[in-house]
Amino acid sequence: MKNNSGIAREKGTDLLQVRDLHVEGFSDERWHPIVRGVDLSLKRGEVLGLIGESGAGKSTIGLAAMGYTKPGCRITQGSVLFDGVDLLSMTEARRRRLRGSRIAYVAQSAAAWFNPAHRLLDQTVETAVAHGIASRDKANSDAIDLYRRLQLPEPESIGFRYPHQVSGGQLQRAMTAMAMACRPDLIVFDEPTTALDVTTQVEVLASIRRIVEDFNTAAIYVTHDLAVVAQMADRIMVLRHGQTVEEADTRQMLTAPAQEYTRTLWAVRKLAKPEVQTHDHILSIDNVTAAYAGRVKVLVDVSIKVPRGRTVAVVGESGSGKSTLARVVTGLLPAMSGSISFDAKPLPLSLKERSKDLLRRIQMIYQSPDSALNPRQTVEEIIARPLEFYLGLKGQQRDRRIAELMHMIEMDESFLDRLPGELSGGQKQRICLARALAANPELIICDEVTSALDQIVQEEMLTLLMRLQRELGVSYIFITHDIATVRAIADEVVVMHQGKVVEQGLKTEILTPPHAAYTELLLSSVPEMDPDWLTTLLARRKNQGIASAAG
Amino acid sequence: MLAKRAARTADGAPLGIRMRVNPVAKTVLQRLGFGLITLFVVSIIIFSAIAMLPGDFAKATLGQSATPETVAALQHEIGLDRPPIQRYFSWIGKMAQGDFGSSFASRTGYRRTVAEIIAPRLYNTMFLAVMTALVAVPLALGLGILAALYRNSWFDRLVNTVTLTTISFPEFFVAYMLAFLIISRDTFAGTQFAESLPVWLAVSINWTLNVVPKFPTLANINDQTPFWEHVWRAAMPSITLTLVIVAHMMRMTRAAIINMLSSPYIDMARLKGMRPMVIVLRHALPNAWAPIVTVVAFNLAYLIVGVVVVEVVFVYPGVGQLMVDAVKSRDVPVVQACALVFAATYILLNLIADIISIATNPRLLHPR
Repeated sequence: MKNNSGIAREKGTDLLQVRDLHVEGFSDERWHPIVRGVDLSLKRGEVLGLIGESGAGKSTIGLAAMGYTKPGCRITQGSVLFDGVDLLSMTEARRRRLRGSRIAYVAQSAAAWFNPAHRLLDQTVETAVAHGIASRDKANSDAIDLYRRLQLPEPESIGFRYPHQVSGGQLQRAMTAMAMACRPDLIVFDEPTTALDVTTQVEVLASIRRIVEDFNTAAIYVTHDLAVVAQMADRIMVLRHGQTVEEADTRQMLTAPAQEYTRTLWAVRKLAKPEVQTHDHILSIDNVTAAYAGRVKVLVDVSIKVPRGRTVAVVGESGSGKSTLARVVTGLLPAMSGSISFDAKPLPLSLKERSKDLLRRIQMIYQSPDSALNPRQTVEEIIARPLEFYLGLKGQQRDRRIAELMHMIEMDESFLDRLPGELSGGQKQRICLARALAANPELIICDEVTSALDQIVQEEMLTLLMRLQRELGVSYIFITHDIATVRAIADEVVVMHQGKVVEQGLKTEILTPPHAAYTELLLSSVPEMDPDWLTTLLARRKNQGIASAAG
Repeated sequence: MLAKRAARTADGAPLGIRMRVNPVAKTVLQRLGFGLITLFVVSIIIFSAIAMLPGDFAKATLGQSATPETVAALQHEIGLDRPPIQRYFSWIGKMAQGDFGSSFASRTGYRRTVAEIIAPRLYNTMFLAVMTALVAVPLALGLGILAALYRNSWFDRLVNTVTLTTISFPEFFVAYMLAFLIISRDTFAGTQFAESLPVWLAVSINWTLNVVPKFPTLANINDQTPFWEHVWRAAMPSITLTLVIVAHMMRMTRAAIINMLSSPYIDMARLKGMRPMVIVLRHALPNAWAPIVTVVAFNLAYLIVGVVVVEVVFVYPGVGQLMVDAVKSRDVPVVQACALVFAATYILLNLIADIISIATNPRLLHPR
């Protein structure tokens, strides 16, 4: 993919040429444009990164490059020349013969894109066998070879597992093996590492990069993460609202982006807050151990202190117990042992034993506002509920408070009679925030509240949260896996791994070396904008022999 | 718990095997246990419901002119004078040992057991049910798969319309219409209606009718009827039942598959260049079995417990008719036995459906 050896890799002739592509999607009883006149071209062995916010049309373009649209979408104009032949005007049968064999696809969430009913090996070799490219035996042994190249554990036997029996990182690599099975000329990677933890992401990125290089495969790499695309792509194309913003070689794009919009894409990375130390703690968790019914312990002997009016960021990969910690604090999952004190008084461990007032003082905001908001309630009903329940506000008082809250979250009162479905992701998350604020809480637990949002919206949300903290003195427990977010908002940081606290302290202490071994692994795995980052990191890890977290 | 402790000391392999077998076997045993509990509860409901029915066997048999003494004597003879709780436990106790008891129609020296009354009727009912299921289930699955494959085409609409029509009519209406069709085969030419039509039309209708085999409209059989004769005579009720149940199963098959077709892994199969038929059969269907099997089980249960109307129309001697007759004559042991057989059928078929759902779910069959 990238020129790592120092010798410029020879790029071949033109492989893909997309001209004036227009795609429309059907929703709300009419057709909306998704892609509006995009051109792109790709040479053999070249990797093009498509980057943009959600809704920019990058995935749609990736699929259109295979002559495919999702159900409910249609290509209205343009041409997709693959190896000189227009994919859009050929018969479905001919397109089918190209797909899987000469153009392949790797999806974001392998867990959903693998068929749960079949073993990995059967799915890996399916195309090669169906298209008559290889015999079943030959395809099987080739698949095992690919598993080995992609550093999957137990390559001989992993293919006999079902998708739910392997981890997310392994599944993502198995999907890459499936795409490689027929040695295609072009692979479309659609956010292949977005759903993974940073520590796993490094492994998968390295595997993908190596195999694409080995077979000189051309690729379209779709992502919203500039730092990731910087490692993978020779060239980057920035998209917005279905149109090209700019296109340039990776290094040039990173050092000198021509467009203002491109610069705003990594704005959140510059957001930073000076930390403040305080010894006045609102919440202190002491030696808490918790487990889900009859299973292994998810939290082991965890002690955390939350300073009043400040932010504690809890970081760690999935499975580290971050979200369980939130459930323990809210009392949804009563701790098995240990104690929690809130405002210097002991806090009953179970939700059922807490008074209404205690419940009011600790509120929670979730990662996905879609599942946290009742789709049939209007914004007004959603915000009014805690006002009535906790504070008993009625009539004018209630309405005045709702208006105040809307003002706090910087939204217009005209949104009050809308339903959640009519709002954007960022707006929905603000409504969740308003609902939490309505209870006048002293502590808000934010569980990955910005992970589902685009960079720019993330920045707005984080700025809003910080402003509210200054004005209202509310404390936050901020659960996240994103180190940039930690830099932006935290006073103190707690690093968690496998249910235990690895390290905790002031932000600067944790984020500057020397680190605990796991913190080092976590921090060094966060992609940086430098296009040589991955190469350097892998080389360094190889030298130091750092145990890498298995994907 | 014990298995876990043992597995921890053993090496990796036995752990894997244990983990693979245990949850499924456990679930199956659990369902079986629930089934037995349900059956027990149902037996109480059946018994109480029948005990609450107005009138009793003695009065119904002896007629209105019977003296209270003769009624009491007969009640004592068949045990109706005992308290209900005692009667229930003696009934369920014998039932558990496979003794269905004696019919009230038994007299001293002439014992008629419930088992010997029900057995031939149950055989007839099962015969009809199996015969119908063998046609209807593959037909429904096939049509459902094709309708899903060619969804929104004229074929899909035609199948949907036809099946919706047959399911919308009451079953006795379908039965009589079919019987009418068979009768018209011989009589159409002479009707006023036929004479009012143009000759060519009347002739072609007559010809079409004559293509239909002359199925017997009365399905009168007995235990001497040879096998193929039995099939031939049961054809009309079987066709009627097929028309009634195909729609439900076919529509569920179609809906379950179409539901799966919006999954990301179906997009993946398309992007791997799979043919539509392969996508439906290999990628969608294996994940759609659970809802389909549930509906199939429901309809098969109907074939055994719900066919009394069709039996009456075609005078087919099945369990349904037997039960209705027994209710009329207040022959309580027969009614109770029929009701319990019906309940057991329902529970058993649903149990099988559950097991198939588990067996087709790799998450349950192959845990992590």
